[in-house]
Amino acid sequence: MNMKKITMAHGSGGKATNDLIKNLIVENFSGSILGNLGDSAYINLCGDLAFSSDSFVVQPEFFPGGDIGELSVYGTCNDLAVSGAVPMYLSFSLILPNGYIMDDLEKIVKSAAKAADEVGIEVVCGDTKVINSHSSNTPIINTAGIGVMGASLNDYSKIKPGDKVILTSDIARHGMAIFSARKELELENSIQSDCGNLYSIFEKTGYDGIKFSRDATRGGVAAVLHEISDKISAGFYLYENMIPIQEDVVYLCEFLGFDPLVVANEGVAVIISEAKKAQKILNKIRQTKMGRNASIVGEVYETNNVVMETKIGGVRTVEMPSGDLLPRIC
Amino acid sequence: MKLTVDFKNPELAKSLIDKISAEVFDEKSYNIMEICGTHTVSIFRYGIRSVLPENVNLLSGPGCPVCVTSQGEIDAIFEILAKTDICVLTFGDLMRVPGSRGESLEDMQSEGYDIRVVLSPLDAVDIAEKEPDRNFVLVGIGFETTAPAIAASVVSAEERSLRNFYLLAYNKTMPEVIKFLLNDSKLNVDGFLCPGHVSVVTGEEIYFSLPENNKAAVIAGFEPVDILSSILYIIYQINRNEFKVYNNYSRAVRREGNIKAKKLLEEVFVKCTASWRGIGQLKNSGLCLNKKYEHFDALKVFDVDPRPAIAKEGCRCGEVLKGYILPKECSMFGNGCTPEKPFGPCMVSTEGACAAYFKYSS
Repeated sequence: MNMKKITMAHGSGGKATNDLIKNLIVENFSGSILGNLGDSAYINLCGDLAFSSDSFVVQPEFFPGGDIGELSVYGTCNDLAVSGAVPMYLSFSLILPNGYIMDDLEKIVKSAAKAADEVGIEVVCGDTKVINSHSSNTPIINTAGIGVMGASLNDYSKIKPGDKVILTSDIARHGMAIFSARKELELENSIQSDCGNLYSIFEKTGYDGIKFSRDATRGGVAAVLHEISDKISAGFYLYENMIPIQEDVVYLCEFLGFDPLVVANEGVAVIISEAKKAQKILNKIRQTKMGRNASIVGEVYETNNVVMETKIGGVRTVEMPSGDLLPRIC
Repeated sequence: MKLTVDFKNPELAKSLIDKISAEVFDEKSYNIMEICGTHTVSIFRYGIRSVLPENVNLLSGPGCPVCVTSQGEIDAIFEILAKTDICVLTFGDLMRVPGSRGESLEDMQSEGYDIRVVLSPLDAVDIAEKEPDRNFVLVGIGFETTAPAIAASVVSAEERSLRNFYLLAYNKTMPEVIKFLLNDSKLNVDGFLCPGHVSVVTGEEIYFSLPENNKAAVIAGFEPVDILSSILYIIYQINRNEFKVYNNYSRAVRREGNIKAKKLLEEVFVKCTASWRGIGQLKNSGLCLNKKYEHFDALKVFDVDPRPAIAKEGCRCGEVLKGYILPKECSMFGNGCTPEKPFGPCMVSTEGACAAYFKYSS
């Protein structure tokens, strides 16, 4: 089969690069700023700004529930959203392996464009390079985003004992979806990544009563709570029976020996809220598509550690994840 | 699936906790040893220690496959890697185990050595078949639980006439180490939480020596209700001084075990002396490839001999495995030995007693 592929020429800056940018990138990302194809994008913003950047190297690039295209847009937009910003402008840069299939690249770009439309962020600049396929056989994407601040949700000093901890969705789906895709686990029903737009949650809730938030990506909910407790003199007390998680995700985690709290998410924010407003915030989160399974899972307490009351009433420390997750043997 | 949900039932668990409290005598202490890494982790994950009376002590015995793999056996993997351009296929647990020089397979991988994690031994055979120009060594560790799948991988490699697949046959078996524990005059254990997964293969027979030596023996599953009810049965046996092997995991374990799996082990392996970390050499406690399959034996093919186990100085993993000390009593615990940078093997595997204490015990 004669399949169109990426060649080194697509990264050379000549006609092939130009055609790729015009026919694939500009074609899919609507917006006059990008279409101008200047060396810089001119943007006009007022007020305090949030700025975030992230690189995406996920393998496989197509996974159950998503792909690297939408992930690269949601990922940076989610960082802006949980920081209390409205996502406004995004850069989108591709590093492509020589020989990469053009149809797959198109799928990725289209999916990124769809995600950007959903969030309401405009892609205004970017770059394309081609590398030898020995270095990577899947695309690498970098995105950087700018947002206008609605509230500061990164201020540790606001967190006080008694505040409530809300998870905006069920946990561990992205990590387990990637793991099962990578290991070609033949599961009856594949676990879908939770990759999605967290800004939709803050659009609904506003910022009233929300003191702090962070998205629980690599290292999962456990890493986020440990990072926060390292910065404050208090800690977290969680209730296992309140933690939202799909049953098939529980079983796969148990089978592989993973604690779901340390598994990656791409559509879960940890929100710390004033106790008396927590239920109201939760009700609003649950009205969104992303937040249907949200739950108040615990509270900030005086002791500087992260513990969880188990379903049988025992108490245990929640581990800080270390290194890559390694499956157990028996 | 419903079945395991029932075995997590909080009300049932709470009523068992009440029953345990009512059954224990305050003046007596109950030392219960688990000899399965999955039990070690379940006990921590569900916070089972924290709901038991203070005089019920749970000790972690030699049940974590990575922990009991000797330093010599670990070093032999590095020796093969140094000797020849080969791909090592391993279970994830072994990736961070340090060799004698301090390097781990994870370190070697970042230096460009071809080391891949497999979830199943049969995946290893598939990989070897797909890449016929490369040689592969599967590191086969574990107890009777993993041994049948490893044996099946060898049979499968033979059926596919693969000559680029080799096995480091490090599997160990339970009966001899149970005997070793019973012969240890320092052992202070009243009852054993017998490993559910191992028992699925072996059946009940391998534990008969426990009640004969006045030790309680209950085969247990891994959900909180399984573990709590098994602890309760152990305490019953101790209080009544009536010891027997009780199968409390009958939904998975048959009295005679899994006959097919046992036959497969007999087809591929022969009993041999094995080196156990912290315990030493135990006769008939290992599974080596028999004559028919010895052409798959990586030790023979690559001419490597695991040196006699020399424990690393300062590491008290051996004492932890025998229940003499709790992980926290080792001076290196959290102090030069952490899950991120483990010094001894009990800190490496998720199921290692030290790693479990470090991660889940406040």
